[in-house]
Amino acid sequence: MLQPQFASTADVSERLSAAGYLTDDAIATTVFLADRLGKPLLVEGPAGVGKTELAKAVAEATGSELIRLQCYEGLDEARALYEWNYKKQLLRIQASKDDDSWDDIHDDVFAEEFLLSRPLLTAIRRTEPTVLLIDETDKADVEVEGLLLEVLSDFQITIPELGTISATRRPLVFLTSNATRELSEALKRRCLYLHLDYPSAEREKAIVLSRVPEIAEQLAEQLVRTVRALRSMELKKSPSISESIDWARTLLALGLDTLDEEAVRTTLGVVLKHASDHERAGSQLKLD
Amino acid sequence: MTGGLLEREIGFFHALRDAGVNISLAEVLDATRALGAIDLLDRESLRAAYAATTLKRPAHRPAFDALFDLWFPPVTGDPSASGRDGEAAGGEPGEGAQGDGPPDTEALRDALRQLLLDGDEEAMRRFARETVRDLGKADTAPGRQNWFSYRVLRGLSPETLMASLLDNLLAGQQRGGMAEKVARQTITERIRQFQEMVESEVRRRLAEDRGAEQLSKTAVQPLAEQVDFLRASRNDMVELRRQVFPLARRLATRLTAKRRLGRSGRLDFRRTVRASLATGGVPLVTHHRPHKPHKPELTVICDVSGSVAGFAHFTLMLAYALSEQFTKVRAFAFIDTCDEVSRFFTPGGDVADALARMSAEANLVWFDGHSDYGHSLKEFAATYPDAVGPRTSLLILGDARNNYRATEVPVLRSLVARARHAYWLNPEPQAYWGSGDSATTAYAEAIEMVEVRNAVQLEAFVQRLLPT
Repeated sequence: MLQPQFASTADVSERLSAAGYLTDDAIATTVFLADRLGKPLLVEGPAGVGKTELAKAVAEATGSELIRLQCYEGLDEARALYEWNYKKQLLRIQASKDDDSWDDIHDDVFAEEFLLSRPLLTAIRRTEPTVLLIDETDKADVEVEGLLLEVLSDFQITIPELGTISATRRPLVFLTSNATRELSEALKRRCLYLHLDYPSAEREKAIVLSRVPEIAEQLAEQLVRTVRALRSMELKKSPSISESIDWARTLLALGLDTLDEEAVRTTLGVVLKHASDHERAGSQLKLD
Repeated sequence: MTGGLLEREIGFFHALRDAGVNISLAEVLDATRALGAIDLLDRESLRAAYAATTLKRPAHRPAFDALFDLWFPPVTGDPSASGRDGEAAGGEPGEGAQGDGPPDTEALRDALRQLLLDGDEEAMRRFARETVRDLGKADTAPGRQNWFSYRVLRGLSPETLMASLLDNLLAGQQRGGMAEKVARQTITERIRQFQEMVESEVRRRLAEDRGAEQLSKTAVQPLAEQVDFLRASRNDMVELRRQVFPLARRLATRLTAKRRLGRSGRLDFRRTVRASLATGGVPLVTHHRPHKPHKPELTVICDVSGSVAGFAHFTLMLAYALSEQFTKVRAFAFIDTCDEVSRFFTPGGDVADALARMSAEANLVWFDGHSDYGHSLKEFAATYPDAVGPRTSLLILGDARNNYRATEVPVLRSLVARARHAYWLNPEPQAYWGSGDSATTAYAEAIEMVEVRNAVQLEAFVQRLLPT
């Protein structure tokens, strides 16, 4: 059942940073609690602040296997939970001899062998440490949330023909969401909640330095400050951490060692993805 | 768990609920369980634990932080001991017992300048604590003290340090370019950080004197989306404008979800026959074509005179953010005469820019620059007869404060008759409608008038407006 993986909050931040993910107080404590209380963790925040990365890093830090359920419009039970392999069932029925009674066939056809396990069921049935990542939960339809409720509160799945399957070992569950729609109260109540936002200047600099170690500290500092200036403008899409990292890589690849007007003008496309944002940033930073 | 802590926790949750954060019993139990797992002496862990278990919306975070500061104030140690430290750090050996004689603000400002330049958070927090102690106290009545953040911030006026800080930070680089903009942003951020520290320290002092329950009611600011448009400060408006795109995206998502759930259209013969091959030619499942979504045209006429401009801007931004839900969006602005402003809103263009250009370039004043709904409506009907047709949803935005001029209700009535839907969005509380120079009563007979005081009400209205 519940087998905590982390000893303390400090342990969380230490092992996650070893896995390449720099935490702050809130992240470390929340991950620690999710692990300790055995509750799913709902991570919300703008695109590119490292929600999915967090789950991956936790999987790496705990030596667990990462099972990922990517949500999209039209995701259903058959893709998320389990499905009967009806082709194989059909074969079994056709291959049966005449003296097989219907009861035998019936019991046989709805057995483990004919069950196709999908991410949620796979995660529940595993006996080794597991991290289950339910990515972009807000993209899925509202009905999928209902489906998740049983899995997330009791860590069990009911299959009418087989009975209820309970987790032998609780997976560590991460749900991510971009908040394009409000998730239901029922789902939120079952989860711990972590809002990831753009990081503080120091943390962002540390992240850039750890992800792009070849970059000079001076340049990283300059870059982070510029990104923060961009975020303070009213842009359609503010640049996030992943864009900062991309920018650092771009500067490195181009061999630029200082971020002046010229450098920003030529590489702005890496951080801003809307034409109107370009115009706005250009005029506010007085690039031309 | 000890009784004292439990009581504190319950008081804290009550205060949160009063501030509009819904906390269910299940969440209270989770929070309590979480406390058993963490190190209770680490205040930031405690804050994170409560946040993880009880907070489920980022909008509630500021209220949560303010209340947490009140109910779980940081321990700062013996006040007199920290006082001695403070004087050493502040560099004013001459000042004796606290409160006697005016503190040397120049020295304090120098210290603050250095701190803002370094950006060392811990040192800044210590400095905030000391300055609140030295500058923030006022004796309001004999034996009663009060603490004010504005006394500290006015005394130090950190904003006025900007010029010299810029000089330092730019270190000889050219002024006026990108470097300055970036440096300015860095400093602004640090100053805001310092202001927040001062405010939180003042809250702590107040809570120490009077108890947390007393302060909980006043310490929390209303959420940006619940702030009245007519009373919104500039900061509120900036915060609201930031929320336009997320809001539009939420509305659009909800709309597509609703459309998908709605009944489907005519039988798709080809897909049905193709699918029937899998079941031996028997069409077990029929497939249908999706309904073509009905997209109305939107015509917005808005009063952009001083008092209601904020509301008009926000609504226009939202209308353009949602423009793909409509076949066409046309916007008209007026003060005492009416002009089309659609030309400022280019597709993919910057809406904030468009608003600025609109107020600068559009021809909105005819007579004296006071709101004149009657003349503007007449002008609109005469100049743009094609703007309202049988497919149009017509929105009029304004408080209907007409300065006692002619209302021209028949003009409005004919516009409403031509449009498919017509609504008047009024940012004034319904209780004030019809008072003073408000022509609400006259107009409400011709058009459905809706009270839209804040972003929440606007969101609800837009949901009603958008077709499914």
